[in-house]
Amino acid sequence: MSLSVQITHKLEGFLLDVAFDAGSGVTALFGPSGSGKTTIANVIAGILQPDDGRVTLQDQVLFDAKARACLPPHKRRIGYVFQDGRLFPHMTVDGNIRFAMRFARRRGDPGEVVALLGLRPLLQRRPGTLSGGEKQRVALARALMSDPEILVMDEPLAALDEPRKAEILPYLEKLRDQTDIPILYVSHSVAEVARLADEMVILQQGRIVRQGPTEEVLSDPAAMPFVGVREAGSILRATVVEHGPDGLVRLAISGGELFLPGVDANIGSTIRIRVLAQDILLSLQRPEALSSRNILPVEVEALRMGDGPGAAVSLRAGEDRLLARITAQAARELELAPGLHCFAILKATAVAKSNIGN
Amino acid sequence: MMGLRPEEWAALLLSLKVSFWATLCSLPLALAVAWLLARRDFWGKSLLSALVHLPLVLPPVVTGYLLLLTFGRNGAIGAFLEQWGIVFAFRWTGAALAAAIMGFPLVVRALRLAIEAVDPRLEQAASTLGAGRWAGFFLVTLPLIAPGILAGAVLGFAKAMGEFGATITFVANIPGETQTLPSAIYAFLQIPGGESSALRLVGLSLVVAVGAVLVSEWLARRVAERIGRG
Repeated sequence: MSLSVQITHKLEGFLLDVAFDAGSGVTALFGPSGSGKTTIANVIAGILQPDDGRVTLQDQVLFDAKARACLPPHKRRIGYVFQDGRLFPHMTVDGNIRFAMRFARRRGDPGEVVALLGLRPLLQRRPGTLSGGEKQRVALARALMSDPEILVMDEPLAALDEPRKAEILPYLEKLRDQTDIPILYVSHSVAEVARLADEMVILQQGRIVRQGPTEEVLSDPAAMPFVGVREAGSILRATVVEHGPDGLVRLAISGGELFLPGVDANIGSTIRIRVLAQDILLSLQRPEALSSRNILPVEVEALRMGDGPGAAVSLRAGEDRLLARITAQAARELELAPGLHCFAILKATAVAKSNIGN
Repeated sequence: MMGLRPEEWAALLLSLKVSFWATLCSLPLALAVAWLLARRDFWGKSLLSALVHLPLVLPPVVTGYLLLLTFGRNGAIGAFLEQWGIVFAFRWTGAALAAAIMGFPLVVRALRLAIEAVDPRLEQAASTLGAGRWAGFFLVTLPLIAPGILAGAVLGFAKAMGEFGATITFVANIPGETQTLPSAIYAFLQIPGGESSALRLVGLSLVVAVGAVLVSEWLARRVAERIGRG
């Protein structure tokens, strides 16, 4: 199943002009508020007709300006999860889910989805009595039960506070790993994209400035201005080796070992860790007598001086890439250049629990 | 019964019948017009809105006379409908038509406010779940505006019970056929010794009006509980 989008549409202040594909797994549409993300989601769902372009899902044409074809929303099989949930207030949670089943081409078993999203205790409740996080879980279940060919989620966590986000993210991870429905995930949060997305498309002022596998895009120094210097960072895939008695977990990554607190996963399982560029230090020699135990031998791959005093350095650690943000002055003094071998140091407590996912 | 004389009793029953049919028949059309005004933008929208509100601002006598001109036996529409045996002039059906038209602006207004209070994005959500326009309207919007429909119906019914000017101009004041409660009160006040009958009918009007309001409030509470707003 593959979604292919090519849209031109005049928006207030700028022109939306994008072309991208979203295949299996999670594709993130990332960009600041007002960059045209929701417009794209609405075009895919059929709620908005763009000025020009073509949208296809596998071999089905959803919209084609040249052929004057536009499938109405209810004939498209897009599961749309809105930022504000949009549950029907006069129906129970169960009623909302059954509403979707009523129009589904293939009626699945709601029990599975209800279990996956932990909704059983909520089934007889009305949306007005649910918390924001619960509402979004119901919205997700409802979209799933409409038997969609692709899920489009428009900032599903943006209206929630941090604890609620942390509560829902594991459900989204389960959804990604346990169903084979492709997901287009619209978000302005790097943390969510880093945890969930396989591929990402960065949107700025209606144009795509970067697209590719999430790990590559996020560790690309050139993408740092779009991601934001404080949010920039790379993703490492690690295997859990040992739970230490002190709560520290030993992890194996392709380029060495890491010791981190706050890892819940079982021994042998693979996890995703987002390491912020600002949490990494560089040293030309292996540091001695240092408090940090996370010291990785790395090779400088690329260097990019920023407009201000900062510099972004991309580093290769085995199969993985790390991104470090240091001062331009330090980069010059250390004479950093592609090919140089050095050591990356990461403080164990720098990785927030929310940046560790499955 | 209840100390009512036959002609008083007849006036009450006729008023109830006229108001019931006037309300029932105008509701679907009022719903369609209210939906158009609330949810659509089209050429001539303000013209439609003005036309709907016309009975509210015109003297009722003028509305009644216009009805007589168009729906009378010699009127354009009246003559046409008579071929199918549908006659409004000087019949109770005419009284119902007059009552329906006089109450129409109030009913449309109540329904329009109710529709505007429902988030149109809910229907959008319904469409992404596979519901066509009609299914979305009947399963989402209609249940949510149920209290508004009820309020509109009660308003229309009350207005129909009290309609006088347009009715008496269009269908006159024929006991047993077009003599509604207000027409009967007016008629009793014109004859010597009719005050006691008029007073009884006034009391009856009060009872019906208060009863309608109480019933509608009770129904509205029930509906509100059912759709989860209570």
